[in-house]
Amino acid sequence: MATPQRPVFLNLFKIRLPLPGVVSFAHRVSGALMFFGIPFVLYLFDLSLSGPEGFAQARSWAGSLWLTPVIVLLAWSLCYHLLAGIRYLLMDLDLGIDRKASYLSAAWVAGLALLLSLWLLLEIYL
Amino acid sequence: MSAGLSGLRAWLAQRLSAVYLGLYFIFAVLAIAVHPHLSYEEWRSWLANPWVLLATGIFMVALLMHAWIGVRDILLDYVHPLWLRVSAYGLVVMFLLACGLWAAKILLQASGL
Repeated sequence: MATPQRPVFLNLFKIRLPLPGVVSFAHRVSGALMFFGIPFVLYLFDLSLSGPEGFAQARSWAGSLWLTPVIVLLAWSLCYHLLAGIRYLLMDLDLGIDRKASYLSAAWVAGLALLLSLWLLLEIYL
Repeated sequence: MSAGLSGLRAWLAQRLSAVYLGLYFIFAVLAIAVHPHLSYEEWRSWLANPWVLLATGIFMVALLMHAWIGVRDILLDYVHPLWLRVSAYGLVVMFLLACGLWAAKILLQASGL
């Protein structure tokens, strides 16, 4: 084998993050998604309070097929960001910071967020 | 704002706002779960309640602050040229201030003023 070429540039797609690292990155992604979702939600909020017609329109838009990807992403982001955030707050209190506990809680956050967002989506669509 | 919110104070503000946002979210989800098929009148009168208005107003302030600190941290990590980062900060602040004004307008109207 030849000596590696220098300088070495880090390729983000070749770094295999451990599970807590994935959970951390996804916390950022979900936060950024919600940042862009603020005006969308404010628009629906404003519309829903503008009168009975606006309320019905906001409700039908929130349940419409073409907005489904936006609603699904925002619902997941909200649930995931909350649960991962609670995990970080507990870690700030020195709870669950050893290697084994942090892997376990990362897996729980990822799984529970899917369940919670599924429930939220059922609340919205049913 | 950015100078005042650097370092430890931003760290603390991010966590305090997180606790409030989390509590509000749980409260809102429970309220929705208890009233599955809300009518317009119920929705409107619920938001005209001064306590709900106050809690929602505080929520908006906490949300915008939390969003600002979070996005600032992301930009700080990934956008390295100073001019580009400062421009991005400016856009983010304008975006959040516009959202704040919009939310204030909605809540003022909901209060019936």
